[in-house]
Amino acid sequence: MRLNVHFRSIKCHKVGSKQARSLLKLCGGPDKGGDYMFEFDNAADRDQCRDFVAMVLGQHQGTIPPIPNIPHESVASTGLEQLTAAEVEQRMKLLRENSELQKLHMKFVLGKILQESEFWATRKEANNASKQRPAFKSAMLDLEPSVDGQTNKVTYRITTEKIHQIFVEKPAVHRAFLDSVPEKMSEAHFWSKYCEAETLLRTQNTALAAAHAAVDELLAVFLKSDDILAKEAKFKIKQVDPTLDMEPDAGDYYSRLLDHRILRDGSIQTVDTNSEFVMRTLSQDLNQHAAVVLEGRSHDVKLTDTKTLAEELARLKKEPSSCYNTDDANHERLVNVAHVTCMEDLQAPRNLVYAPLCIKNPREYLESQQANALRSLGGSNDGKKACNCSLSTDDAFFHLIDQVSSIKANRLNCNVVDSNVALKVFNELNKGISYSRSHNLKNPHENILGQLPGQTRDELMDHWASIQELLRHFWLSYPITSAALGDKVERLKDAMAQIYQKLQDMKESAAPDVRHEMSQLVKPMMQAMDAAFSHDLEQQQKCSKGKGTSPAGLETRRVAWPVQSSI
Amino acid sequence: MTSAHSKLYSDDVSLVVVVVDTNPFFWATAALPFADFFANLVHFVNSILLLNHLNRVVVIASGVSSCAYIFDSGDASPAGGVGVAATFDKASRKVEEFIAQDAHATASNSSAASANAASLLSGALSLAMCYIQRIFRSGTRHPQPRILCLQGSPDGPEQYVAVMNSIFSAQRSMVPIDSCIVGTQDSAFLQQASYITGGVYLKPQELNGLFQYLAAVFATDLHSRTFLRLPKTLGVDFRASCFCHKKTIDMGYVCSVCLSIFCKNQKKCSTCG
Repeated sequence: MRLNVHFRSIKCHKVGSKQARSLLKLCGGPDKGGDYMFEFDNAADRDQCRDFVAMVLGQHQGTIPPIPNIPHESVASTGLEQLTAAEVEQRMKLLRENSELQKLHMKFVLGKILQESEFWATRKEANNASKQRPAFKSAMLDLEPSVDGQTNKVTYRITTEKIHQIFVEKPAVHRAFLDSVPEKMSEAHFWSKYCEAETLLRTQNTALAAAHAAVDELLAVFLKSDDILAKEAKFKIKQVDPTLDMEPDAGDYYSRLLDHRILRDGSIQTVDTNSEFVMRTLSQDLNQHAAVVLEGRSHDVKLTDTKTLAEELARLKKEPSSCYNTDDANHERLVNVAHVTCMEDLQAPRNLVYAPLCIKNPREYLESQQANALRSLGGSNDGKKACNCSLSTDDAFFHLIDQVSSIKANRLNCNVVDSNVALKVFNELNKGISYSRSHNLKNPHENILGQLPGQTRDELMDHWASIQELLRHFWLSYPITSAALGDKVERLKDAMAQIYQKLQDMKESAAPDVRHEMSQLVKPMMQAMDAAFSHDLEQQQKCSKGKGTSPAGLETRRVAWPVQSSI
Repeated sequence: MTSAHSKLYSDDVSLVVVVVDTNPFFWATAALPFADFFANLVHFVNSILLLNHLNRVVVIASGVSSCAYIFDSGDASPAGGVGVAATFDKASRKVEEFIAQDAHATASNSSAASANAASLLSGALSLAMCYIQRIFRSGTRHPQPRILCLQGSPDGPEQYVAVMNSIFSAQRSMVPIDSCIVGTQDSAFLQQASYITGGVYLKPQELNGLFQYLAAVFATDLHSRTFLRLPKTLGVDFRASCFCHKKTIDMGYVCSVCLSIFCKNQKKCSTCG
């Protein structure tokens, strides 16, 4: 018994809960024939059908004319892909948001040229947007205590995120935490001690700090400079290529000597820099923080419990430190250094071999040029020709010398230019300048597309988008390894041939004043398609040659693609 | 355009090198008599010298067979009125001498003389560039140089290569070449020169008011040109002359090594082999 239901009449679909029977309900609404309830043997089948229905409904929602009932033998018949509901949702969203994408989708998938899976295969990147891992914040860690003026209490707020950052940035604190919690003290106690140390450091009172450190050894750890960091810094310095100029970086290693001594809150360090109880300067903190952020978060550290967090971090840190400091590595480095530092004055002089461009035979060249010069030649000038001078050389020179003598005799007259003439000159110059200006400024922003009528422009853009899509799939299908791919290529070629023909028609029917622009626009599209067609032809020829058919017997495919256009 | 030296310029001090065409064949039949032309030129030179006391003007005459320096304002004595008349006398005498010399040279070299002989633009441009280079090497502060060509006779295609070389060296030294055509035909060489070096090309219609043209368009120094709107040509004749026959050609063959242009297909390039 068959049931024929138009997808048009279905408004939505619902799925029964997993524990109950595998149900799929298609709701049509009261006037469209009511609801249909399907029961499946297992959830997997039901899910498949659900996904298919979702897709079709999604297409429906985007289109205005109703699509006829899509039978199962349609393009999607190569087996419904195992889409998850999330992916279907995403695809529908993309189609809804991007109208161009929707147009392409309609044209190709529903026009049976491309398959759904192929269409989306190249757009998978859009689906992976949610897989980024957030890293540490680039803002520096600041505990921001709130000070209550009345009761003189300072309150610190510490979250797990901040703890994570503290552990990564200050390894000495991390080590102290691992040692003392939970054996020696509770976590709350540990953090309160830490906050106490922070407060002490901010006051920059070294004497007070020293006093406290002497009493409480945990405070001492917090107040003193981080020895692990110092060791790491030393180590990093050793790893650097000796030929680098390390002078500017020396401040970091020798910690306080060459620094600006600017602290976190902007004030300058005033206390004796040699004592152990000073806060790290801004530059040191910045560098450390930047190094931590750039290294990125390690993968599987979960921010659940501080203790586990600390242990995880400790575990992760132990691994990379084993590969340094082998003798081989050192030796290799020294060899590289020897290569790089070459002392120029000890090198042998290097005369580069080059071929200067020169006249091979100057005499020959000059002689030929002289022969040319001696020939009486007239250059071609457009415009009025000068009236041919019929005077002989001597006469001409006499005339000129006459003129010069008259100059000497008459000296210069004061009125060199008549005022009317001057006015005429100015007018002419003005006209010329404004004309050339208007000529040069004409339509600087209008490009070729702007000159075409709107409909033609839209059509052209449409064709361009379709050609891009088709060509993308075309080039992706090579080399043709299966019948399915070959089939796909055939379909693509058909579609391209159609568009080619349409472009040709557009070109021929263009109005005469835009014909040139039109052909310029259409040319690259046709060239791209020509390239695709000729590639296909080559492939077929190779294929048939490989099969051993005679050269005269090239199999002709059913599409006769148009002849290469020449513009 | 890269410049070979780093220069410190004074803002609106200019060095103008004026290349004057003294081709007798042209002047014999020109609409504007040479005397009037020379008067306009002298007034123009005086105006430039009046604009700024540091301005310098050099006048080079280009004849049929030779070129020479006619006037250099740097030579003039700094004194007042008496100096002016003496300078003028000196200049006119020099022009006369040069023309006589040119006549002599042309007469002895009879093959060069013809009705349509061109003036030696290439030689004059080379002289101008040499002078400018000397100025560049003279000290840290120099005036901004530019070249003004007052041309009347037609282009000589046999000078194409030399003229193009001068144009490129002017371009490289950032020296604009302005052109004022006092003849009847446009000059392709000077159009290209002005286009490539960023100068002004003008073909005045009203030759009686030549001084007005010169003062309005060509007297401006390079610094002021950035905010003045000067006449622009709408099109430039970019055709080259072939190296073998010196004919102006539109399409030809180019050597792939040295880029010499030929009108016929040749197996061996005459320039570089």
